[in-house]
Parts: sequence; C-alpha cells; structure tokens
Amino acid sequence: MAILADKSSRVLVQGITGGEGTFHTPRMIEFGTNVVAGVTPGKGGTTWKPEGIAASVPIFDTVDDAVEETGADASVIFVPKRFAPDAVMEAADSGIEVIIAISDGIPINDMVKVYSFMEQTMTTLIGPNCPGLVSVGECKLGIMPNHIFKPGPLGVISRSGTLTYEVVNQLSEGGLGQTTCIGVGGDPVIGTSFLELLMEFEQDPATECVVIVGEIGGSDEEDAAEFIPEMSKPVVAFISGRTAPPGKRMGHAGAIVSGGKGTAESKIKAFEAANTPVADTVPDIVRLCKESLGK
Amino acid sequence: MKIHEYQAKDVFAKFGIPVPPGKIAFTPDEVEDVARELEGKVVVKAQVHVGGRGKAGGIKLADDPKDARAKAEQIIGMDIKGLTVEKVLVTKAIDIRDEYYLGITLDRDARMLVLILSAAGGIDIEEVARETPEKIAKVHIDPLIGIQDYQITQAIFGSGVDTTKSREIRSIVRKLYNCYLEIDGSLAEINPLVVTTDGEVIALDAKINIDDNALFRQPDLEKLMEVGADMDAIEAEARHKGIAYVHLSDGNVGVMGNGAGLVMTTMDVVSRAGGKPNNFLDIGGAATAEVVEDAFHLILLDPNVNGIFLNVFGGIVRCDVVAEGMIKAYQKLPRKVPVVLRMTGTNENIARKMLEDTPLVYESTTEAGAAKIVEMLGGQS
Repeated sequence: MAILADKSSRVLVQGITGGEGTFHTPRMIEFGTNVVAGVTPGKGGTTWKPEGIAASVPIFDTVDDAVEETGADASVIFVPKRFAPDAVMEAADSGIEVIIAISDGIPINDMVKVYSFMEQTMTTLIGPNCPGLVSVGECKLGIMPNHIFKPGPLGVISRSGTLTYEVVNQLSEGGLGQTTCIGVGGDPVIGTSFLELLMEFEQDPATECVVIVGEIGGSDEEDAAEFIPEMSKPVVAFISGRTAPPGKRMGHAGAIVSGGKGTAESKIKAFEAANTPVADTVPDIVRLCKESLGK
Repeated sequence: MKIHEYQAKDVFAKFGIPVPPGKIAFTPDEVEDVARELEGKVVVKAQVHVGGRGKAGGIKLADDPKDARAKAEQIIGMDIKGLTVEKVLVTKAIDIRDEYYLGITLDRDARMLVLILSAAGGIDIEEVARETPEKIAKVHIDPLIGIQDYQITQAIFGSGVDTTKSREIRSIVRKLYNCYLEIDGSLAEINPLVVTTDGEVIALDAKINIDDNALFRQPDLEKLMEVGADMDAIEAEARHKGIAYVHLSDGNVGVMGNGAGLVMTTMDVVSRAGGKPNNFLDIGGAATAEVVEDAFHLILLDPNVNGIFLNVFGGIVRCDVVAEGMIKAYQKLPRKVPVVLRMTGTNENIARKMLEDTPLVYESTTEAGAAKIVEMLGGQS
C-alpha cells in the first residue's frame, strides 16, 4: 500500500528526451515504474528507447494525446524552468491525477499562478524543485536513489533531497521500511504541503507512523503539527537549520528565517505542543520511530 | 536580488508612480551640483543594500548646496552595517503631512501575493505589525484575476489613511501592482508613502527586490546587479564561482556537503558536537575535483576556519569519484587544516581505501565526523 502513486500508476514523463529525463527515466523503469508515455512537443510519433533497458516508450506532442492513447494518470516533469509552469498546467488540464515537478528555478510569481490554477483542478502537484515520490516496491516518480528503500510501515515527507535519502537510508538500515517517501520541494511556493500529505497518510492503512523532515522557513511544519492530535498514528519530526542565522537563505529559496517567522524554535514548539517527539539527529529519528511503533 | 533606492525610484517613475525629483551622485562635488539644480533644501541619502540607513546617520537633510556638500562628505565612505557607502541619492526635500506604508509581497503561507497598507508608515513596519496589527490592512490577491477595485477600497478604508486621498492612493496601488508583476518582484515597498503639505501623494522611499529565479527574463534589471553589494567578500567570491555559500563568520569549522538540507543538518550536528560552524556550503550534484577545490578555497578565505568537515550522501554521485576529487583538491590547499570526510553510498569501500594513506580522515556517520573534527580542533569552539 502507498499514497498518491503505486504499481497501477501509468506514468508519463514530460521532458523525457532532455538531459534529466534521459538520465532518470531508465532508473524509474528499473525501479518497476510503469512508464507508458513521454511528451516532447515536435517529437510525437517517435519512440524513445533508453540504453540498457528493454522497454521503449512512445512519445507524444501533447499530454492530451498521451492520456488518450495510453491512459497515463501520473506525470513526472523534467522540463526546464521556463517551460515547467506551462507543463504543469497542461498535465493538470489533461486530467493527470498526480504531477511530480522536479524542475527547479521556477519564478515565484509563476508558481503563485500555477498554485491558484491547481486549486481549481482535482490534480495533486508535488514540487517543484523536489526529488519526487517513491512508493516502495511499487513505483518511483522522480530522482531518488533506487537502492535506499525497504518496504515497511513508515511514511516519510521532507523538504530536502539528499537529507531525505540520508533519513530513508538510516531508517532502512535500522530495519524500518517505508510505504511512500515524498520530497515536497525546497521552494517558498509548492503544490502540496506537509499537512495535506499527513492527511493522506492518515487514510493509508499500511502506514503506521509518519516521519516529517522539516526545515526552517515558512509555516508548513506548524500547520502540519496542528493536525497531528486528530491523527490515529504517531508522527516523528525533525527540523534542519537550527544553527541558521535569520535573514540568510540556506540554499533552498524557502529555507530562510525572515521577520521572526519560520524559526526552528517555533517549529519544534509546535510539534511538542502536539505531543510529537522531535529528533535532534538523524539516528534519533530511527530511535524515535522504533519507540513510536513499539519496537 | 536587491536594487538601490535610486534605481527602484527610476522603475517606479516608469510605471507612473510619483517620486520626488533627484539624482545619484558619487562625490561631494557632484552632490553640490545636483543640490544647486534641484534648488532649495535637499536630502542626501546613502545608497547601500541594508535597512536602517536613517538611524545609522546615512540620511541627512541639507539647507543649501554648500550644506549638501558637507553632508555628503560625512556620508560618502561611511560604514553602515559593514557596507561602505559609495554613492548617495540627492532628492528635493518634501514637506510631509502624513507618512504611510504601502507594500506588495509574497505571503508564502497563503501562496498568494498580499497588498499591505498602513497609516503608520515611516517606521519599522514589522514592529507595527507585532504591536498594533489593527493599524495594518492586508489584502490577498488572486493571481489569476489580479487585484480588484473593491480590494483596494478595503485596504484604504481599513488602514486609517486619509480617505480624501483615495483616488491618488488607489492609482498608486494599481501602478505598484503592475510594476511588481512586470519586474518579477518579490517585494515592492514604499515606506513612507507621504501626503505632502500641498496634498500630493508621493513615494518618498522605494524598495524593490527581484526574484532571483526570474532574472533570466529581466535582462535590464539583471544589469543592475552589483555582485557582492549585499554580501561580504567571501560570499561575493562564491557568487562569482556559482557556489551556494553562506558565511556565518567567527566559527572554527568549515562545513560543506551535497544538498542544502544535508548541509544545514551537518551544521546543526557540528554545533551539537561543540564546534562552531563557520559557513554553509552546498557543492550540489556535481562533486568534481574542481568544485571541491573551489569550495575548499572559499571556506579557507576566512582565517577563523581551522578545520573542515565534508559530508556527502552519494545517492547518484560515486564516492570514489568524490574521494579522488578530495585528494586532488587537498594537495592544492593554501592552508593545510584538518579535514574530516564522511561519505556514504556507491563505492564507499573503495573511497575509504583510497583515503587510507592520506591526511584526510574518514568517518562513516555525520555524528562521528562532527565529533572527530571538533576533537581534532582540540574541542574548542
């Protein structure tokens, strides 16, 4: 079991013939993802065949064509930042249910518009500027390394890339497998917040505990913490950036403490108020998950 | 990206927002000339990318051209929060009746733009927001339909501004909104927006920040970028090299790694181990010898750094490639400080072997690596 995407997901890759798409699509297929189509305007009617992989993927000019021909219901977007907002809206307009936008560097005002557009659709957007989603043993939509996952009872949501891999890797090595792991993205405006994903995990019978890997900036962690008391499952939290000074952007555009908002203290306090243990280190996450699961 | 007040006023003027007449000047001579052109009293304003210029003595009223010259001599070259004043804006002095605040920015929690208007302008708006939030009107703008007239009306009547000036304020709000979108702003702020004793409404100050992600389509504004003007020398050097680096200063441990979240966490762990992180440095996905070497050099530009901790999660990058780059880069270090390397991922064991006969110390976890570098530095912080 998993949230948002699983074995039955029929996956489309927008920007499949570009550098990122060419590199990561074969790895998604190796993971077991059912990649049914690619979209590159102008290359419709051709077939894309990755090196070293038996599969070949039909290419379409538009998402509409791809959906009609292949029944694609999820999309991974690798297109460059200039075209990414348009690609997201096109996918949503064509009825794609889950969109994973890997593309980074998208202007904020474009994302504000895209967010508002998405609110009027039934589509879930993860990202942009994110590593994507992995439903363990089912499918991978994005760029996370294939080998770190292990099936098990944990849901993982994070704002980072490599830090997510680090956490997942240590959980797996500690004997704690995962249902679905999602990187929501490091930008100030992202499609889906921690809160919405917590709600999804609450509904997923296979997920017994959720790990939130948060960081400074914004108030998505605080918003998520408010929902935890209503959940039937335990949550373990972690906050990155405790030593970051205010006014300095720590790599991610969204990781900044400004105007006294978005501090690590405020986030830790919010989780503690929700009786949610906050791990001090990554090994601590593993320990707290074991405790929460009664292991 | 930040631009200076005088540049922001030029932008405002293009969009039809009234600003006082003025000109940029680099020397006391030029200031005197501009003051003579403008006639009457003038204000000499330091142009640096930092707030609190007035409190720091960077903004001064002058009675006549000679006085303007004297004030310019005090301001040009002065230091404001670590930045040297190299130019000043000379503007005609305005007789002020009321000072308002008007701004448009992103409300990231609402994922929308927000219009902020307040009759309590001219001072620290964040303090006003904290102490007396009722004095501030905020209106969220749906980006798909844009700002509506009724919303501006709500802001005007909810903010305590002089409503007999509604027409003028409404016009400025519309122009500011158009400006914000056209220039890909992340902040467009007028503080203070003043009503003069003659009843005119004018933008006395101007602040514009531009979304870095959108600079690719704002070539005219990108030209205004003064690399390093709002950062220290090491950060400016990093910017030139295209490396994500943030200087925290006075720490003893240089920190680098791949991925922003991992580096931030590494800093936290170093701090817990009793060290003091000197910086944030993300080497990104391409951990080549060149990038690692550049990163080392940047970190060592601060003489406070007497050890470096590099933390790499090798998801897709191979550890042996990183190790090779590290060894090459270490040989070229200008100062041989202790370096601890923690790597995990593909070919980890090969990497470990490669490091055995080098001065680079390998640790297998972030916590052990942080403890090791702190120990090697004698545990001091």
